[in-house]
Amino acid sequence: MTQNIVELTAAELAQKLADREITSVEAVQAHLDRISATDGEPLDAGSRSAGRSGLNAFLHVNTEEALTVAAEVDAARDRGEELHELAGVPIAVKDLIVTKGQPTTAASKMLEGWMSPYDGTVTQRLRAARMPMLGKTNLDEFAMGSTTEHSAFGVTRNPWDLSRIPGGSGGGSAAAVASFQAPLALGTDTGGSIRQPAAVTGSVGVKPTYGSVSRYGVIAMASSLDQVGPCSRTVLDSALLHEVVGGHDPQDSTSLTDPATGYAAAARAGAAEGGLKGLRVGVLKDLTGEGFQAGVEQRFREAVELLREAGAEVVEVETPNFRYALGAYYLIMSSEVSSNLAKYDGVRFGRRTLPDDGHLTIERVMAATRAAGFGPEVKRRTILGTYALSAGYYDAYYGSAQKVRTLVQRDFKAAFETCDVLVSPTSPTTAFPLGSVDEHADPMEMYLNDIATIPTNLAGVPAISLPAGLAPEDGLPVGVQFMAPARQDARLYHVGGGLEALLTQANGGPIWKDLPDVVRAVQDLSDANVPGATEGAAR
Amino acid sequence: MSEITRDTVAHLAALAHIEMSEEQLQATAGELQQIVQAVAEVSEVAGDDVPATSHPLPLRNVMREDVVGEPLTAEEALSGAPDAEDGQFKVPAILEED
Repeated sequence: MTQNIVELTAAELAQKLADREITSVEAVQAHLDRISATDGEPLDAGSRSAGRSGLNAFLHVNTEEALTVAAEVDAARDRGEELHELAGVPIAVKDLIVTKGQPTTAASKMLEGWMSPYDGTVTQRLRAARMPMLGKTNLDEFAMGSTTEHSAFGVTRNPWDLSRIPGGSGGGSAAAVASFQAPLALGTDTGGSIRQPAAVTGSVGVKPTYGSVSRYGVIAMASSLDQVGPCSRTVLDSALLHEVVGGHDPQDSTSLTDPATGYAAAARAGAAEGGLKGLRVGVLKDLTGEGFQAGVEQRFREAVELLREAGAEVVEVETPNFRYALGAYYLIMSSEVSSNLAKYDGVRFGRRTLPDDGHLTIERVMAATRAAGFGPEVKRRTILGTYALSAGYYDAYYGSAQKVRTLVQRDFKAAFETCDVLVSPTSPTTAFPLGSVDEHADPMEMYLNDIATIPTNLAGVPAISLPAGLAPEDGLPVGVQFMAPARQDARLYHVGGGLEALLTQANGGPIWKDLPDVVRAVQDLSDANVPGATEGAAR
Repeated sequence: MSEITRDTVAHLAALAHIEMSEEQLQATAGELQQIVQAVAEVSEVAGDDVPATSHPLPLRNVMREDVVGEPLTAEEALSGAPDAEDGQFKVPAILEED
């Protein structure tokens, strides 16, 4: 087996495992080797805060268990046991999802060293399918951020250009799949944390319908917005993973009862000849134009043109209330953050810090613990949320934001009366340089990254981001986003599979054929004594 | 909309149980003011006739079957606690001494 195992998609890898061309142990070892070669060395042996010199996509690598599970799958296959389609295919898990036997940190000092005594439902389902877990991926602390620069354990770097952000909060999962460290990964999406990283790393990411995937055992950020979803390099691979982790869970009272089936079939049907004929696609006028980078717009327009040529009916639709979505989102999200993060109190799990003066009461221990355990962005959002929920302001902020949420839902409802799916760029820009946004000078600037992804979270509808090509001005990946009505996730895989096939044909191959040599780039960065590599982490 | 001062933030930080230095209080007041200004129009958009949405999908609470499951043991539940004693979480003094 000389062909590079790590460049196989999950579907291809599954086929080769089934055909006995390679073993799961070989597949897992190849990905572990790739992680070693690209994640870099610790920048400071004495402290984890500096991260690693390379991609730094993983916070924990689960070598022993992953190889054990792989060996068990190989043995089961030898015995002729019936196995799940993805059995033996390795996967990375965002470190916001709890895992028995591996640390879970949420990229926060609050949970450094904590071991969950139980598995999340999605983790249990990966185990049931016998998919070896490669480890836990980096993120913005408690999933709050758009760059992964807010991790307490160092920034993750973009495999297309190590000096740039991989997006966030799920920059680790996106960088891992984009750089061939893993064929699949799990992410979470509260305002774009799966889709925006997918867009800027040239990978695929899906935010399913709210309630499509169980959140039992997923560290909560904003409970009316959070959703777990797949990350991969192809639309089909995300569909396959969604089928593994989706479906009803009695442990999550917000979980839908719909079965998670038909997604892979939809991806294949969309990619088939004539698969997009007659599909009504709505271009969101309000999510283009001002604030969107020229190369992003160009690739987006070309993608829409491909859809039209393939027989889709393209129309423009207006969503006048989307302009208020960002403000409503920040009020709702931060309010729910302030409530959900109250549990980190230095009593039940994680860190406890005692006040300097030794004057101990439970309240002072809590305040000292939270001061030492939370990073600046988590504190900022918690304080904002406390403000929005406080007496005298509740109606003006949280209450009003919930009304805007209704208006955004109405915009979607009206748009879906004339369209099967909606389309927009995923992110206004390509990946920007690490450390380039000064959030203290303008805290809203960073939040504008999520302008195109937030409306779907407010409305609970599903969305997918897939690569639309490289922007001409900087050679970096551009993402295109499709949105569908609630519970119509299959439509995303259908149109996504279709556009992906058209783009692959038009470009003479998948986007990753142009990915630079990441191993080489990581070595060069280490050799240059990593100038600037820790700047983002120190901010 | 009222101005967010250092004292506002001190009050909020106390409510949220986050110890903050004088410098952090000042900086946060400025940042919060900017964010609140940027999102202020949210309170002017929707009229009284628009209902609030607290949840993205019209779900009814889904109850699981009322059967005995396998919960964590006390030992497991305490495994990540900073301090424990006799099968219970242990905390510093709850009440201040006078």
